[in-house]
Amino acid sequence: MTTELTINGRNRQIDVEPRTTLLDALRDDLGLKGTKAGCEHGVCGACTVIVDGEAVRSCLMLAVQCDGLDITTIEGVSPADGEMDIIQDSFCETHGLQCGYCTSGMILAARALLARDKNPTDETIREAISGNICRCTGYTQIIEAIRLAAKRLRESNLVLAEAGE
Amino acid sequence: MKAASFSYQRPSTVAEACEALSADPEARVLAGGQTLVPMLAMRLSRPSMLVDVTRLDALKTITATDDGIEIGAAVRQAQALVSDLIAREVPLLAAALPNVGHPPTRARGTIGGSIAHGDPSAEIALAATILDASIVFQVDDETEEFAPEEFFIGPTVTMAPMGGLLTGLVFPKRPDGAVGVGFREIASRRSDYAFASAGAQVRLNDDGSCAEALLGIGSVGDVPVAVDISDMIGTRITAADIKGAVDAALTDLECVDDLHATATYRHRAATRLAVQALTDARDQATGAAA
Repeated sequence: MTTELTINGRNRQIDVEPRTTLLDALRDDLGLKGTKAGCEHGVCGACTVIVDGEAVRSCLMLAVQCDGLDITTIEGVSPADGEMDIIQDSFCETHGLQCGYCTSGMILAARALLARDKNPTDETIREAISGNICRCTGYTQIIEAIRLAAKRLRESNLVLAEAGE
Repeated sequence: MKAASFSYQRPSTVAEACEALSADPEARVLAGGQTLVPMLAMRLSRPSMLVDVTRLDALKTITATDDGIEIGAAVRQAQALVSDLIAREVPLLAAALPNVGHPPTRARGTIGGSIAHGDPSAEIALAATILDASIVFQVDDETEEFAPEEFFIGPTVTMAPMGGLLTGLVFPKRPDGAVGVGFREIASRRSDYAFASAGAQVRLNDDGSCAEALLGIGSVGDVPVAVDISDMIGTRITAADIKGAVDAALTDLECVDDLHATATYRHRAATRLAVQALTDARDQATGAAA
């Protein structure tokens, strides 16, 4: 089936079987390997992307369901080639990652949170990443990273796109 | 972890969706997909066709009518969670919703999908059972309604009619007066499948005594159950009143043993959570009366 997606601001047309998940379409049809395949049944959160402003699991959406929707992957967050955005930078500085497998999902979950809540409490941060599993860090530095990113975003001129509805 | 092949349809009206479903007995409804897609990936479900109802506007509204609050089957859980109408008129459902999955699954998961799947630990199903919401199906040109107690018959087994489309739920409006609700559950991780869950709603008389009390328990057995807690009516809802009524009401509660928790543990947890939920409901109702 032919499906049109807006990915990181660019219009892309793909031809996929109905059973192809958004995750597989991103990685295999569009070559965007930054979105990680973990459990592939909605438990781990490694494949989190932003669809119409909300963090969702790309392994639990069929690519054909996303026809016409606006999708942001980890490749779409950096301001320019070779640069990192504020949230990515904060993860590096606070050592919010070790192996890196959960990181793109964590960063996009954080991005969806910070788009709607400029000043989240630690409790809100925990809730936002409660669906993302990390087996390295013990989460403490990830929470620290998101707290730091929130502070830096408040002090910057950047506005993250919020969910439509 | 890849699904078997199926075809895909995205009908533009409820009638078209019903037609597609009744034409092919192996067709399944795709709503948020947060449970169905994992089942497809694990090949526990192998439908011939998926009928995507997520863009049917007729199923995406939350409206107040004379009968109650109608929630369309394709209303997303995240959307219901921020609905002022649900917060005001169906406070028990509003209290249950934060416990449903995680933000990313609530962003796609729907109210109807949770009901249609019939998982005994589903919070939305428990709220519907406690409040005796009406579960509405469209089968060809007919409308069929089910009470939760008859609809849920076993773990993920329901009375859903063949070829039918779940169009929505009708929750009764919250009664007038000082009303409070409570919802508690315990799981191994936040928002994971609960081992036990309890929801309660309490309404007070003007003198502060109990006029009405509702209680339900989920996750412990094959289906969510509403429990008769009418012993509370007329009491001042003290800690002793709650404890006594809960102990009596849950004596015969059927609990299952599985890999995650024993029946004994589930029974103990359900009792404790029921007391907490009723206490929360009492405190909220007392606050509303003050």
